Amino acid sequence: MKTRRLDNYGKINRDKILSFRWDKKNYKGFEGDTLASALLANNIGIVGRSFKYHRPRGIFSSGVEESGALVTIGSKDRRDPNVRATTQELYNGLEASGQNAFPNVNFDLAGINNYLGRFFAAGFYYKTFMGIPPFEWGRGTAIWMFFEKFIRKAAGMGSASELPDPDSYEHAHDFCDLIVVGSGPAGVAAAIEAAEKKLDVILVEQDSLVGGDQLAENNFDNSQIKNQLENLGIKIMTRTTAFGLYDNCVVGLLERVTDHISAPNVNIPRQRFWTIRAKHIIVGAGAIERHIAFNNNDIPGVMTVNASKHYLNRYGVLTGKRIAIATNNDSVYETAQQLSEAGANVTVLDSRTNFEIETNKSFEIRKGYVPYNINGSKKIHSLDVSKSEDINKSETINCDQVLLSGGWSPAVHLLSHRGVRPKWDYSNACFLPSDSKENITMVGSSRGLWNKNDCIASGIAGTTDALNRLGISKTNYFFPKPGGWKNPIQPLYEVKYKKSRSKSFVDYQHDVTTDDVRLAHREGFISVEHLKRYTTLGMANDQGKMGNIIGLSLMAELLNKEIPEVGTTVFRPPYTPVSIGALSGRNVGKHFRPLRVTPMHQWNIDHGAKMIEVGLYQRPWYYPKENETLSDSYIREASTVRKTVGICDITSLGKIAIQGPDSSEFLNRIYSNGFSKLQVGKARYGIMLRDDGIVMDDGTSWRLAENEYFMTTSTGEAAKVMSWLEELLQTRWTNLNVNVTSVSEQWAGVSIAGPKSREVLNNCVDDSLVVTNNNLPFMGVTSTFLKGNIPCRIARISFSGELAFEVYVKSDFANTMMDLLWENAKKYDGCLYGLEALGALRVEKGHVTAAELDGRVTIDDAGLSKMASTKKSYIGSAMRKRGVLKNNDREILVGFFPTNLKETFNAGTIVCEKNNIKGQGIGRITSVTYSPELGHWIGLGFVKGGLDKWKDTNLVGADPVRNKQMNLKVVSPHMIDPNGERMYA
Amino acid sequence: MIRINCPYCGERDHSEFSYGGDATINYPSLDASEKEWTEAIFFRKNIKGFQFETWHHSNGCRMWLVVERSTVTHEIKSVKPCHPNLQKVVENNK
Ligand SMILES: [Zn+2]
Repeated sequence: MKTRRLDNYGKINRDKILSFRWDKKNYKGFEGDTLASALLANNIGIVGRSFKYHRPRGIFSSGVEESGALVTIGSKDRRDPNVRATTQELYNGLEASGQNAFPNVNFDLAGINNYLGRFFAAGFYYKTFMGIPPFEWGRGTAIWMFFEKFIRKAAGMGSASELPDPDSYEHAHDFCDLIVVGSGPAGVAAAIEAAEKKLDVILVEQDSLVGGDQLAENNFDNSQIKNQLENLGIKIMTRTTAFGLYDNCVVGLLERVTDHISAPNVNIPRQRFWTIRAKHIIVGAGAIERHIAFNNNDIPGVMTVNASKHYLNRYGVLTGKRIAIATNNDSVYETAQQLSEAGANVTVLDSRTNFEIETNKSFEIRKGYVPYNINGSKKIHSLDVSKSEDINKSETINCDQVLLSGGWSPAVHLLSHRGVRPKWDYSNACFLPSDSKENITMVGSSRGLWNKNDCIASGIAGTTDALNRLGISKTNYFFPKPGGWKNPIQPLYEVKYKKSRSKSFVDYQHDVTTDDVRLAHREGFISVEHLKRYTTLGMANDQGKMGNIIGLSLMAELLNKEIPEVGTTVFRPPYTPVSIGALSGRNVGKHFRPLRVTPMHQWNIDHGAKMIEVGLYQRPWYYPKENETLSDSYIREASTVRKTVGICDITSLGKIAIQGPDSSEFLNRIYSNGFSKLQVGKARYGIMLRDDGIVMDDGTSWRLAENEYFMTTSTGEAAKVMSWLEELLQTRWTNLNVNVTSVSEQWAGVSIAGPKSREVLNNCVDDSLVVTNNNLPFMGVTSTFLKGNIPCRIARISFSGELAFEVYVKSDFANTMMDLLWENAKKYDGCLYGLEALGALRVEKGHVTAAELDGRVTIDDAGLSKMASTKKSYIGSAMRKRGVLKNNDREILVGFFPTNLKETFNAGTIVCEKNNIKGQGIGRITSVTYSPELGHWIGLGFVKGGLDKWKDTNLVGADPVRNKQMNLKVVSPHMIDPNGERMYA
Repeated sequence: MIRINCPYCGERDHSEFSYGGDATINYPSLDASEKEWTEAIFFRKNIKGFQFETWHHSNGCRMWLVVERSTVTHEIKSVKPCHPNLQKVVENNK
């Protein structure tokens, strides 16, 4: 195959030949190529099939605005779809393929869609499959669900790998005085000026090289600029895209670290997601050349004029031999001359009639001509053109390439992220950035400057603006006026052509045609935001970088309005796609969220614990012996606790030290029950309400000394309770002299429960007298020593309903404590028990946990009315009495037994009356366990009206998720030892 | 990203903080009526522009702060401790 590479052009490194594969065939390119330039050099015109019509598509651009050459890079777990071939740097061994075609892009069976176009017009899917609400809502949805998988396969772009991503990604942070986005003449001038004024500057460039559009100049040497920037201490970040601007001058960057390397070091992240906090932002993001809508304006071989200049001068690729250039502005003439000097036969069709331009006359200029139709399907055969005023006077130009320039759109995207709407500029036929109140300054062609000197001047002015705003200088400055061409641009967005099945594309990527925009208008979708969503104009990877303005102009024409009256869609981050991997960074797998373990974590595992996640914590779930299953194990553990003794790690409970002379008063205000009379050496179970009278959390507080308490909270609410106490002390009760400190990490805790628990503990403490019934009665607290002189806190507190103690030691002593307790518990045939057995024991006893206290439950609902003091006011005391919380159909805590004691049931079951099984029923089951004590399954939950109303009624438990129903009866939640004889033993 | 200038820690990302709520509420006394409490906890102004709100430096010094922030632009005019004694300390250190 003939190569299109020219010997004397381009800045590629011809000494370094790179092999790559395209659609399973081998090709060669050079270091410095992009995939697009290498494909063009190898004469590959068709690189993809379009979204809806499966039309062959080529390479439209040389940059991020690309909407045709979207390809899949890599294979297996490194398959990356929808990559722009125009920005993918070539590397040795690169593997790429075309998308959206079967069997391949040259011969695509779904190309038939091109002839079924009328079925695929805007809104086709909505109309066909979503039904016409409300009459066909259900039916339409059912049809959609049936067809969805076929349609998703036929439409859409490349498919992502479904394998885990083998690459690593990183989050990184930096700070600077000034960040400059874009390294064109304006950005570089701004950065140099700022660095000379001693600002700390970061310069960001999405390309692999600095230089911006100058990289398309035939005699541009970028190394000089790079040296200058580096010598000034400017941090240059290439291959890095500023994808979004955020509040307070925060900029999001995506750095592509290894996407251009064939065998990257596995220890280096593939991409870095940077958060830069700057004091000022200068955006010199350049401008993007637009195309023109006319029939068949998407045939492979159509390209923007500027792109062909890049391919020629940067990559040494002449993109066509007989080139027709259609334009409405001056920007194409330098390119036309260079293309013709490089050997192409060039004809420029300029829609303007009255203008003067200096050229070397090596190519033909046809004034007043516009293109209206391309002949060809997989490649261009010829172009039909006509005199602007009279579409009937047409001729055909033989050509193999059509280059388009419908004007330039400043890249105002980043400023748009900050909610600054651009203003339409009639004389330049483009949106220009408005001034921002924030510290953001637009420079260069992204503020509508078309020549280099103006761009440089604007860069320096931009930095002066920054220095002024930062209060460093007070210097007058001015920005050059937008524009800079010799002759004014003449707006040209569409050339109409009346022929059946004509297709003029506005948005290449989503196959949005001029007819689609007209259809949207006819059907009333005239607001820009509606137009976008109805036609999908401006969606997908390119976000309408080339086509948006054309769509707007068409709508303006239909509405008989001017473009600014129609508006512009608001650009939102990201400017170019950001991979999910980069967003998640290292927060994947085990690092998805922090892991919390207790100080005896390894001890538990060494003693056979199977662990379970509770919030961020890993807690022992059960301790199976030999072949025991979960249920074998927890039933044995729970039975052992009731029979002899068990030990359970409860370190994950929240622990707060409360100190200061007003501590008692403080606790008395936050707990619903009385705390002011709690004696030193005693603990009390307490319930905290929220301001609105709903239960927030429950726990215990131990009075260690006159002015010192030790509070425990539930595992899940620990952080919330801590913040709440701090809020109250710092915002509401600022005269209370109390200090709160989280000591959750400082103390390791166990529960030792069962009839033999006192005997075990007796053997473990230095002074065995401290744990006698007299010295440590129910709810008694003592600070003493475990054997080996280990200081500890012990309280006689029970969650299981058995005689039980909570023992806390400093975290460093956790393993020693466990060894000591376990050694002695074994003497009584005791066991280690986990969360599952803990759950079984507390459900039997009717104790509530987070499953019950779910933020909707009042103290009365939980059956704990006696915990609500009538002798004092406390947080929530006024609001718990409000009307809705006093309704007599509130759901009240009850216990549940299956009517047939052999049956099982699940948490989440909805409780219904017989013959009325629907909706939310009359209650719900929140916790279920097998009760070793009772010998059958039991549950806790809520039912409207509570036990009194339903105790003699047969109810039904409906479990639609598991497709199950069973008969239930309601019992007291205190299913065993209701009078607490064991606890007080 | 909102950046909040904590009087103790300096300027930090908002992700270090937890949002509290309206900082202008005078919570009634605990024995106040249900009506007064209802007013205090359920009725909120929907301010367009600057408002005073509480933020907790939960991943920092744990101070509760009054932040004067624009709901339109996120611009922050002032940040000070909620606790009057801490306010005095900050004032004296200026
Ligand atoms: Zn702080």
